[in-house]
Amino acid sequence: MSQALVESRPRRTAMRAGSAFLTTHPRTRLALLLAAPLFWLVVVYIVALALLLVTAFWSVDSFTGVITTEFTLDNIIEVVTGSLYQTVTLRTLGVALAVTLIDVVLALPIAFYMAKVASPRMQRVLVILVLTPLWASYLVKAYAWRSVLSQDGILEWLLAPFGGHTPGYGLPATIITLSYLWLPYVILPIYAGLERVPDSLLEASGDLGGKTWPTLRLVVFPLILPAIIAGTIFSFALSLGDYITVNIVGGTNQMLGNLVYTNVGAANNLPLASAIALIPIVIIFGYLFLVRRTGALDNL
Amino acid sequence: MTDSQPAIRLTGLTKEFGAVTAVDHVDLEIAAGEFFSMLGPSGSGKTTVLRLIAGFEQPTAGTIELFGEDVTRRAPFDRDVNTVFQDYALFPHMSVLENVAYGLRVRGIGRRERTQRARAALASVRLEQMGDRKPSQLSGGQRQRVALARATVVQPKVLLLDEPLGALDLKLREQMQVELKQIQRDLGITFIFVTHDQEEALTLSDRIAVFNDGRIQQLGTPADLYEQPGSRFVAGFVGTSNLFDDARSQALLGRGGEHSVRPEKLAVSAEREVGDGVASAPGTVVEVIYLGSGIRIVVDLDAGLRVTALAQNDRRRLRAGDRGDRVFVSWHEADVVALAPAPPAVAGEEADAAASVA
Ligand SMILES: Nc1ncnc2c1ncn2[C@@H]1O[C@H](COP(=O)(O)OP(=O)(O)OP(=O)(O)O)[C@@H](O)[C@H]1O
Ligand SMILES: [Mg+2]
Repeated sequence: MSQALVESRPRRTAMRAGSAFLTTHPRTRLALLLAAPLFWLVVVYIVALALLLVTAFWSVDSFTGVITTEFTLDNIIEVVTGSLYQTVTLRTLGVALAVTLIDVVLALPIAFYMAKVASPRMQRVLVILVLTPLWASYLVKAYAWRSVLSQDGILEWLLAPFGGHTPGYGLPATIITLSYLWLPYVILPIYAGLERVPDSLLEASGDLGGKTWPTLRLVVFPLILPAIIAGTIFSFALSLGDYITVNIVGGTNQMLGNLVYTNVGAANNLPLASAIALIPIVIIFGYLFLVRRTGALDNL
Repeated sequence: MTDSQPAIRLTGLTKEFGAVTAVDHVDLEIAAGEFFSMLGPSGSGKTTVLRLIAGFEQPTAGTIELFGEDVTRRAPFDRDVNTVFQDYALFPHMSVLENVAYGLRVRGIGRRERTQRARAALASVRLEQMGDRKPSQLSGGQRQRVALARATVVQPKVLLLDEPLGALDLKLREQMQVELKQIQRDLGITFIFVTHDQEEALTLSDRIAVFNDGRIQQLGTPADLYEQPGSRFVAGFVGTSNLFDDARSQALLGRGGEHSVRPEKLAVSAEREVGDGVASAPGTVVEVIYLGSGIRIVVDLDAGLRVTALAQNDRRRLRAGDRGDRVFVSWHEADVVALAPAPPAVAGEEADAAASVA
């Protein structure tokens, strides 16, 4: 009996010794676990960002087109003070804010319906429906909106009987298209956040006399605020960096991404492009800094 | 809203979830100020009845009256009942004080008054020091008391409690039982208390409804249910019973039908006991279990029935060495309860299983 017991004990192999070591040394375990993603993050992300930062302080010889690696603040000063850059920055910011606002307003009721009203079956169907547009190419969707919004497009045809007209190509079209493109990214975190709010909390609120609106305002909203902010980070950051949609449906309007694009390409001024690219990065970091305290970053 | 009106009147209350009938034509009246318990095994429909009364579910058929007023179609926030949820359902983002004040806040009561009243409610559950904490910083028993304060601060006419002590350990449970009873007496409101712990129901309640399969099996005071169980199911579910089926009743009691005798009403002795109205049967001791305050003796009667007797742990007790001894099991005729013929739905394994549970 005792003999059998001894033999049935697992033997001490190297694997087991290693596992035992890791179990009792949580820090080593963590380090090993994080090694690969950390490497990726450091090399690809931080280094790229640092290079961008450094390049912004270089300049380009206007004759030869060769980059001079001498430190200069010229690019930064031009980007901060130049009226073109100020205008485009404000426009980009405005578009990103509008898109974010529209997406949150649309996503809240949709996510609420998905998480708290629909039957479990319907819920699955809706999640798939929300995800489906993500399977189509960005370009296809942008061009689809170009066709919808055109002067003889479906929107004009729909609105004409009511005396309405398509907004045509321009900033409104850009906002509409971007709102459409990023909506799933806003719905999903809010939906996930609502899923985590137990139904019993809503029932408790109703039970204590809370009607629908007070329940939403005092119980649901504070609990999903981090999830909402997580969603806005997506729509805001993606809109800030976009330059393709505005090219396709934005008419002659430019956003920051377009300026980066022209300076990298046509103008061949990589340092200036880097300096412009720093603008959305600074804005995003400012935004992240503001929302950090709400705990929204735990929801990403 | 006179006192003669029952606090709650359920008429033909039925709730179906698809093919499942969770609540099946329940008729029930609960008096104002009563401590009323709903007792039953898992899935018997207790929670569903509570949720119907609170308004979280709409009945398939039947009506719910609150002090004579039909509230069947009213939203939860329009009913003068409050619920203490099994998982407490405290708002995690609010402090304990804000949680308790919530019901007053949504009623539009000013900050000063509601803070004052919430503090008083917290004091009544002895948590006045905890107002600034978050629910996550409280122990289970403290959360339970916050939930109680939150539900009572709005002065409901009826308080619904769904296994409020289910998550607590035994010691705390017993302590909270006493407190619950005290709070109920102090506030004078009707408590409807759901539990599947028969001892808890017997300890606390003025009256108990025993549920099975969505129906009320028996309704009565704790003493009624314990002394006079009406059916095999109730005899087995409320306390432990020795069940005599038709054949054994014929052999041992000299009459047909089903009967039950509580373990503590059976005496085990070496000699046949004689006396007025005392009957006895010979058997063999198969198990003697020491329980602390008592001793449980399991005896195989020669008539082919295994019975359990419960003896006080006094000097006359049988010792463990008595296993295998020949003994006489005796009882008083007055302690034999005749059970109503079991309806087919309740007879069978569940009652047997419940009967053999200690
Ligand atoms: N939302 C629902 N959908 C479908 N069936 C349900 C639903 N709620 C309850 N039921 C069913 O109704 C029956 C009664 O459930 P109920 O929750 O009322 O039981 P209970 O007596 O409270 O049990 P427990 O002691 O386990 O809490 C069960 O068979 C259950 O599966
Ligand atoms: Mg239940």
